[in-house]
Amino acid sequence: MCSLALFPPPLPPGQTTLCESNNELLSGANNSEDAQDSGPLSLHFPRESLKLHSRTESSSKAAFLDHSETLWMRSAAAWRDGGFTGLLNEVTTSHAEVPKWLSVTSGCILALLRWVSSFHGSLYPHVTLSSEDMIAEFSQVLNWPDCVVRAFAWHPHTDKFAVALLDDSIKIYNPKSAISPTLKHRLQRNVAAVQWKPLCASALAVACQNCVLVWNVDPCSLSTRPSSGCAQVLSHPGHSPVTSIAWSPSGSLLVSASPLDTAMMVWDVAAESCVPLQRVGGGGVTFLSWSPDGSHILACTPSALFRVWETRMWTCERWPCIKGRCQSGCWSPDGSRLLFTVQGEMVIYALTFSGSPGVPPSMVKGPQTAVVVADLSETTFNGPDGDIIVGGEIQSLSWDPRGERLAVLLKGDPQAANRPAIIAVFKTRANPIFELLPCGFVQGELGAEARLMEFHPNFQHGALLTVCWSSGKITHIPFYFLSSGVSHVDLSRSPPLPHPHERPADFANQSLFTELIS
Amino acid sequence: MFPSETSCWFIRKVIWWRAAASIAWSVLLLPPTTAVFVILSKFSFLHPIQTVSDCLSLLMSANSIFSFILLGGVVIMVGFLILEYYTVIPTIACSKIALLGQLLHPRQVVNSLAHGLMGMIVGWCCAVTVGHRYETLGYPARSSDGHPQMCLNEYHLVFLLAGAFVGFSHSLLGVIHNINYVYFHTVQQYKYLHFKGSLPLVVKCSAIQAFYSMRNFIVVYFFLGYIPKTWICKTLTLHLDSSVHPLDSIAGLLDLSLLYHLWISATFLLFTWYITLLLFRIFVTEVYSFPVKSTFTDDSHQCLPKVLTDNQPMILKFLALQDLALLSKHSPSRRSEVFSLSQPGGHPHNWNTVSKECLALVADLTQRLVAYHETVATNGRAKSLSSGSERKTSSETSATSGTEDLMSPRPTFLMKTPASIFARSVARGPHSPLTSPFTSDLDSPFASPALRRLTAPVDQCSPWHGSIQSPHIMRRGPQLWSTSTESHANGSPPPSPASVPSPKQEPAKPSFLAQFLQNRKEQVKNFMAKRVLIMYLFNKLPEASSQALFADSQAHIWALEALSYLVQASFTEDQFGVVQTTLPSILSSMLHLQEAVDRHFKLPHASSKPVRSTNSMEDFAFKTLRFALRATLKTAIYRITTTFGSHLNAVQMSGEHRKRLQQFLEFKE
Repeated sequence: MCSLALFPPPLPPGQTTLCESNNELLSGANNSEDAQDSGPLSLHFPRESLKLHSRTESSSKAAFLDHSETLWMRSAAAWRDGGFTGLLNEVTTSHAEVPKWLSVTSGCILALLRWVSSFHGSLYPHVTLSSEDMIAEFSQVLNWPDCVVRAFAWHPHTDKFAVALLDDSIKIYNPKSAISPTLKHRLQRNVAAVQWKPLCASALAVACQNCVLVWNVDPCSLSTRPSSGCAQVLSHPGHSPVTSIAWSPSGSLLVSASPLDTAMMVWDVAAESCVPLQRVGGGGVTFLSWSPDGSHILACTPSALFRVWETRMWTCERWPCIKGRCQSGCWSPDGSRLLFTVQGEMVIYALTFSGSPGVPPSMVKGPQTAVVVADLSETTFNGPDGDIIVGGEIQSLSWDPRGERLAVLLKGDPQAANRPAIIAVFKTRANPIFELLPCGFVQGELGAEARLMEFHPNFQHGALLTVCWSSGKITHIPFYFLSSGVSHVDLSRSPPLPHPHERPADFANQSLFTELIS
Repeated sequence: MFPSETSCWFIRKVIWWRAAASIAWSVLLLPPTTAVFVILSKFSFLHPIQTVSDCLSLLMSANSIFSFILLGGVVIMVGFLILEYYTVIPTIACSKIALLGQLLHPRQVVNSLAHGLMGMIVGWCCAVTVGHRYETLGYPARSSDGHPQMCLNEYHLVFLLAGAFVGFSHSLLGVIHNINYVYFHTVQQYKYLHFKGSLPLVVKCSAIQAFYSMRNFIVVYFFLGYIPKTWICKTLTLHLDSSVHPLDSIAGLLDLSLLYHLWISATFLLFTWYITLLLFRIFVTEVYSFPVKSTFTDDSHQCLPKVLTDNQPMILKFLALQDLALLSKHSPSRRSEVFSLSQPGGHPHNWNTVSKECLALVADLTQRLVAYHETVATNGRAKSLSSGSERKTSSETSATSGTEDLMSPRPTFLMKTPASIFARSVARGPHSPLTSPFTSDLDSPFASPALRRLTAPVDQCSPWHGSIQSPHIMRRGPQLWSTSTESHANGSPPPSPASVPSPKQEPAKPSFLAQFLQNRKEQVKNFMAKRVLIMYLFNKLPEASSQALFADSQAHIWALEALSYLVQASFTEDQFGVVQTTLPSILSSMLHLQEAVDRHFKLPHASSKPVRSTNSMEDFAFKTLRFALRATLKTAIYRITTTFGSHLNAVQMSGEHRKRLQQFLEFKE
């Protein structure tokens, strides 16, 4: 099964995808960029406009003169800054002042600790990474350290969104107001994810390096720089860096995950209290996704294992993978189907959960095995300017809220010029059987690669895919279609629609995956 | 009494069994805990194998089996005390003197003494288990002139006293930190997983608290240790061995092995007790599924609508509300039973009872908030009538203003007094529900000054929000002693409400005598205010009154959740439209509460952020309940508005509420 071969060929360079209409993707030439981006929500953040940090946190020490303190003061400072290992380090290095037996003992303990941690690191290689590398490794954003837009989130109910930028600030845009507040906080560093709280107008959760911040941005306020007093800081010792967060769809709970913490935190945000949910194995939690009906959570770990939590009694199913860790996943709108991808494999798997939310958890029978629904192995398209290779590993998945379009961000190869990162869009259908059909590729301007994508949560006329490009642009690509759930009602009343064009039909009718095949 | 008879079944059939199961588990967990304790107390780096064999032989000995039986008895006793003293609504002391009152309450004194005694027993067991020099109270020695005599083993005595001290201080700290408060977790977990997850925390807490208790004990023993020592020597005719160091000296107390053994014993003691407490909490707060409809008439008192309306015991009401919130969230089949019609007659009895009870809870909280707000606001004015009656009247008048435009107001525990009902009916009489809260009753004899002030233009009140924040105004708060929730918890009406209005009905013409008394009182107050100790005792603890106001808010949170989820589900599941009839009242009562909560959080002392909870055994949940309530309320309103959308424009409600609701519809709250 080679799915990508059935796709319409990618656009020639210089053309950008504009929208989907009448079952085909329309493209436009690059030169009309000003006209096409006239919408208030299309943004551009040039890299030069951002004031970046030139220094890292630890390097500021070198800027000051060395100052001799007593051993006690230095030990206290080392204990405060570096904990137990810091203290041991300090004692070992200042052997001129401490008695010999003490420095030798602490040196031995230190060596023992390092040996143990290296053993731990050989079990779970990710623990040896620095926290920035770790976020880059596990983020859903392609090439996170280099991204101008590091995170993006639509508000679940209105047309506003939040954008986290490379300079650790977050901007909020609302088409209905001229004010776009900028959020900055001392602890807001290396933002890995942002998400708005459902059933709330103002709360925005931000996954930072050392904590989770929950901003309360009053939508009626006229201030452009809300003070850091508007942010709640949720932190737990050992729970950093936070790489993923997810709000429950009912808006009551927030879960956060860190690759270094084996426990997944369930926060009661109002009370700032948390319940750690810990299971043996995995070595951390990297990615979380809450199903839209609120009944399940996907929790990926850095090793070849992921878990699906059931949120009523908080029990979990273990899903060992064969090849690598689970990279990304997304849920169908009714929460019955989970699509996920595994690092090192070029396929999309599906899991079906049959249990309706009302059935007691003991009776819910989970699925037995995952089914391959799409094969995205590399495919060569012959273009006028040479061959383009599309396919390979998958960075992230996104399913639109109606369950009709599935966007897949393919990693590509940054070294090879003819293997760009590209977004492949599938048409999906859940009833009467689950089907995947090819839709097309979404491409940006010349030289711009897709980094991050998200579907608008309530777009009236179909689906709206927002893509953040490597150039710092944010564009919105609408997919106009009649929802299959709605169309039955509409068709019965309205005059019969003109038959769709014949031309795309030869692609559209070739189903990539149906449940009948498997 | 009828309610007590029906509630009995629950206490008898459920709570007792749950408590018994939790105690049984904690006794079963005792052997491993003891084994760990023995190993830790006897471990020596140099002879690891000998340690193990020592421990094994010790655990098998008759002596340890006897002390083990004693420990089991202590754990059972602790379990019974927890069962006797647990509460689902914390009692929050608003001032130091109130806290002192709680500590000196006879019931509490008995509890503390019992804990002290049990601590001493555990101390004895530990001393015997650790063995060698700690083992007996007396030992034979030769006095200086060569006579054989029994001497006091001070190490043993220190163990006993330390155990008693830790037990006693555990009980006192329990009162201060509300350790008897049983909190319902938002994250439901199976009992075993919950227990496993909390275990590290318990170990950490008991180790830390044991450390601090030991520190305090050593200080106390250093200064006062000679008293029990001489007393024991006198009563048991033991002698002091002059050849060993006395322990109440610096040199005697700087014995590291003694300190380590004391600390590990205190940790063991606290750990076993905390485990008992933890298991009790886990077992008692487990979800109990009440049937919505009973098939047999015998069981009708056990079904959810009936149980919800009972106010006693509180644990039953809380579990019923929890079950209601969960069923409204998770279970379509049980929801359909709530929406169903009664078989002969076709009345939605289930829904009516459920919604009425939830609305009553919401309305009750609204009244309480409005009343509190008024009390605070009136204290800002230059007015100082006697505090108790003042509070009562304002609560009553606000009760009238709070409930009027609810569709189905019903007397809650706050309003059971005849006077308040009377006042309410007077107030409700001729006025339209829309305008009455702010325009009515100006000339009725039951109107209090507080209400009059309320009818004054709003801006008169508003400076209070921002400017007047100095602490001495707060100090003049009327509640020096009691909290409002205590009376709620007992379900008893506030004392002597009928006599309330008399002193204040004619504030315009106070008699000379009243004026004189007033001045005297002011003088006494001023005099007292200058004494530091008095001020220290009577000063209000910051945020305590606000916490006390929301002490039972877990019930309100569940009520709001249940209502909003049921209304959301009714959009698709309610076949007969039973929810539609109550929708306007649900919305208006939620918006009322929203208004009251907003006003409460604008008060100067109400901090807008929760305090960080430290990781300890006592639950800080009650301190953050008001924030949880605020968040839940907003989410509940949004849940209804997002479900119904523009259909809500067809719902009848007041203009002000419509404006507010429009803001929610546009996501501008």
